[in-house]
Amino acid sequence: MTSLFEEVPPAASDDIPTTRVQINLNGEQRAAQIEPRLLLAHLIRNGFRLTGTHTGCDTTNCGACTVLMDGQPVKSCTVFAVQANGHEVMTVEGMATASELHPIQEGFKDEHGLQCGFCTPGMMLSAKALLDENPNPTEDDVRWALSGNLCRCTGYQNIVKAVLWAAAKMRGEEPTGTAPRTDAGEDA
Amino acid sequence: MYPSRFRYEAPTSVDEAIALLDANADAKVLAGGQSLIPMMKLRFASPAVLVDINNIGGLDHHRADSDGTFHIGALCRHADLEKSTILADHQPVLAAAAPLVADPIVRTRGTFVGSVCHADPQGDWASCMVALDGSIIAQGPNGRRSINVKEFVSGPFQTVLARNELAVEAVIPPAVGRRAGGYLKLERRVGDFATAGVALALDLKGDVVANAGIGLTGVGGQTIDASDAAQALIGTRLEPEAVDVASQLAASASSPRSDHRGSADYKRHIISTFVARIIAGVQREEMQVAS
Repeated sequence: MTSLFEEVPPAASDDIPTTRVQINLNGEQRAAQIEPRLLLAHLIRNGFRLTGTHTGCDTTNCGACTVLMDGQPVKSCTVFAVQANGHEVMTVEGMATASELHPIQEGFKDEHGLQCGFCTPGMMLSAKALLDENPNPTEDDVRWALSGNLCRCTGYQNIVKAVLWAAAKMRGEEPTGTAPRTDAGEDA
Repeated sequence: MYPSRFRYEAPTSVDEAIALLDANADAKVLAGGQSLIPMMKLRFASPAVLVDINNIGGLDHHRADSDGTFHIGALCRHADLEKSTILADHQPVLAAAAPLVADPIVRTRGTFVGSVCHADPQGDWASCMVALDGSIIAQGPNGRRSINVKEFVSGPFQTVLARNELAVEAVIPPAVGRRAGGYLKLERRVGDFATAGVALALDLKGDVVANAGIGLTGVGGQTIDASDAAQALIGTRLEPEAVDVASQLAASASSPRSDHRGSADYKRHIISTFVARIIAGVQREEMQVAS
């Protein structure tokens, strides 16, 4: 979607007011000079070049652009970047470390919680907000928490399983997977 | 999609916000932004100045006074109400509606007062306010005034709020007796606009209805006050005949249009069914309390 970003009117001139924002993005202090009408999704993707946050519908429906702002899930296409000034924002890039996946990401891998993967970053951040508040969710709790995120591939079954798998893992239990492992032996 | 250019202001006090509204003819208040920002992206709205009230302290409350008057501040989010530990005891209608507003992600940002000010005929909270006879407290350069929600909303997406007034709080009057009721909404999926919705509030003295209110969502050009239907319940013990009359009157009060969510007849049927269903729920709870 790089071309879309290039359609934004050219860099600020004197008569276009800009403002400086400082955002703690995935634990790092990032600053930018922006027009107030820039949406958080566009700052993240096109400004800071973190393209894990996807813009799906761009109309506050699909939840693909979900990020955490101060730990709460928000649709980043429906928050102005200037509103994130001084706040903490977490995107999917902030979930894993260089060497280790987040348990939620592991769950999606293990339980086949994605097909095309477009909705997955938003799904995982909604799931993270749930598990941070409720480490022991029921299936209904998971379905409730993900009800603002649309997936057009999977039918949601494996997404729900993936989150329950992650919840068990994060509680220190042995997650009981249901999906057949196709990479058995690889990890051994 | 990109909104038109605007000047961004982030006041830290109500007075400062009102001064900004007073000084700028084409200013708009930004609270949760979950309706305003989509409208700005679609360029249905293109205010010259945006007054972001999110940095103003002391507006995120919801609380009950000792006499039962309930206050909801301009920055109280839908999620605050959904997670509230006091809401179910004081305001069962709001407690039933909170988990049905939009979707969980939108609920973390969107606000109760903002939803009422948006005056969308599809708004869940406006129906609740109508059922509960709530008012909006508007603060302007000359002080505060209280506007009953039935006068506050003047048409679809229109209110009587002056351009230099900020809606600082919603206030719901105390119950006459014990407050009961509920909210039901039919939606094709979470987050979709309502096919039809009913907010029904009952104040009970013993088993007699002392006061009642019914607001209808998404079945007309604006939120509908089904006052005749509510009136038919007052003084009754919710006998089946009274419930039947109220259900029919509520359906008659609605003026739905046939669209891809259903025919007008279907929507009227939903309204009457929901009225009866909410009352049946109240009666079940009353029996549980009694036994």
